Amino acid sequence: MTKRVTQGPAGYMPQSAPSMGVELAPKGQGLLYGNVVTEEEAMRDAAIALLTLANPTIFPGPQILWDWRDDVAEKAAALLELASEIPNCKIIPMPDYRPKYPKIDVKAEINPNHPNLTILDNKIKACIFIGVHCHYANLTLRMIRAGTDCYTIALCAYMGHEEAMASINDLHASDLRRFKEIVIEERKKLGIEWTPTEPPRNPSLPKEDNSTLSPVDYGEYRSLIMTKKGEHVTDVE
Amino acid sequence: MSYERPKLVKTLVDINYMLKEAPRKQHFITGAQAMAEAVKRANVDMAIAYPITPQSEVMHLVGDIFHQGHIKEYYRAEEELGTMSAIAGASRAGVRLFTATSGPGLLRGLEAIVSWSGHRVPAVLGILTRVVNAPLSIQPDNIEMAYMMHCGAVMLHAENQQDVFDMTLAAFAIAEKVDVYIPVAVATEGFFVTHAKGYVQMTSDELALTPFDSVASPVPAMDNETPPARIQRDAPVQKSNFMSYLIHAVWQQEIWDSNKRAMKYVYEYLGGPIEVLNPESEVFVVASGCAAAQAREAHRASQELGLSVGLIKVRAIRPFPVDEICAAAKNAKKLIVPEHNIIGWLAQEVKAAIPNGGIVVGGPRVYGGMTLPVELIMKEIHTALGLEFNLKL
Repeated sequence: MTKRVTQGPAGYMPQSAPSMGVELAPKGQGLLYGNVVTEEEAMRDAAIALLTLANPTIFPGPQILWDWRDDVAEKAAALLELASEIPNCKIIPMPDYRPKYPKIDVKAEINPNHPNLTILDNKIKACIFIGVHCHYANLTLRMIRAGTDCYTIALCAYMGHEEAMASINDLHASDLRRFKEIVIEERKKLGIEWTPTEPPRNPSLPKEDNSTLSPVDYGEYRSLIMTKKGEHVTDVE
Repeated sequence: MSYERPKLVKTLVDINYMLKEAPRKQHFITGAQAMAEAVKRANVDMAIAYPITPQSEVMHLVGDIFHQGHIKEYYRAEEELGTMSAIAGASRAGVRLFTATSGPGLLRGLEAIVSWSGHRVPAVLGILTRVVNAPLSIQPDNIEMAYMMHCGAVMLHAENQQDVFDMTLAAFAIAEKVDVYIPVAVATEGFFVTHAKGYVQMTSDELALTPFDSVASPVPAMDNETPPARIQRDAPVQKSNFMSYLIHAVWQQEIWDSNKRAMKYVYEYLGGPIEVLNPESEVFVVASGCAAAQAREAHRASQELGLSVGLIKVRAIRPFPVDEICAAAKNAKKLIVPEHNIIGWLAQEVKAAIPNGGIVVGGPRVYGGMTLPVELIMKEIHTALGLEFNLKL
């Protein structure tokens, strides 16, 4: 197989996978290094990467963190089962897409505006994106391919992702459980001893205290604040 | 005086059934009516209008079908920039959207329109082309499409009233695919198509497309809890000082990748981005929109004269069918590209697409509202074949 999409770093200005001729796989098939393959083939390669590369990490996005659709809770449970079977796997969420300032907490989250900070700081060499909205997933996957040597896996409920080394589309909870079984099989083949263990708790950000917020905290945007009913804010331009 | 719009009960169907299987009946209607009839069947949540006067009746007719209960919301904005900005805002809330404009109106709205792709706005935009001022004219000329070609939107170009109906319906389906999710423009020539009647095979207006699914989207809908402060504070796009240059770059790539992904749906819903007649010919007329209708007539006249002439009708301007035109023209010695504009944007695209651009004849071109006589195309055909042609107009 000619590998058309490989681990980076691809360099300063990465060419996008679709512009290199990579097309999304049809339903029921996967993408592996930019080539259409069976889902099982893509899952096996992804499983080996997760088992053999350093600091495997799952990046769950909003579509699996919040209960948007009926099947999300089951999918999230299946994801935890999968995470438990990957030795020393971490879970670092991408809870939203807004730029984080003044600085992102790379131990607590990943952000599409500068995903490499989280990848590089945590020395992550293999990762799974799941539940990240497709636009942001594509941006993030391409930036990771541009600036890191991380092996990326996209588990997508919709069409899949050309930028990932391995991509599964039309993902359901049953597919996650199938992937888990493949991880277990490959782990046994590799002779890795592991007792299923849930990943450690995410070092969540300190709880926000909004009680002391004043219009000044909003800086240049303070004139846009909507007042509460009956409230009169005087401290604005 | 209040008016309660009727609550219509329609049969919801998917786009494949609507376009390919649903029974159709023939009607004799204008291009503007054909576009409005497609909107009537598209289960549109909101249409926003500033119907530049004169362009076409499209948005007036869409106002009528709102009155009849086919559309949930409709309003007339203050001008085109307001219209197109409102489309972007409404899209953030996750609804199906339609608007149409024309010529100077399109250019007035262009600042907002060119941001739609980056904002992932899956709206459908009707472009009923007319002269761009100055001097002032209200006649057809499609130079405005050249301004639209670099904003990332998918662009379809309708030859006739039937194309307008089918392409407008298909446009909603293409725009809303998760792997596309950018605006789709359906352009056709003002007056020649919008004000002229033609036969259109239409589905029943008791059918409507399945509703817009705001969750099946590559971007999340707006946080509606605290508008507009939150969306301004956390704007995902504009806040460049907190974003890397690289995300701007890959964001732009993503728009054009999405545009490229639309091609498979152009095949699925419209049969492909080009139509080819006489594929073995050495001389082809390559045309889009209304010029394709004249090119088709020139093709017919050539057949009657026993001349070996082919036709390549271009349905999709974006994504541009580079591979398809290269394949269709691989044995061609001349490609004649008639157009309704002075700059010849289609000829430029065709030249750039093929390895031997020197075979492209950039013309005949008419503009400023002039008609495109078939004889002008016939003259170029004869010249390409090394034959004499006595042009009489």
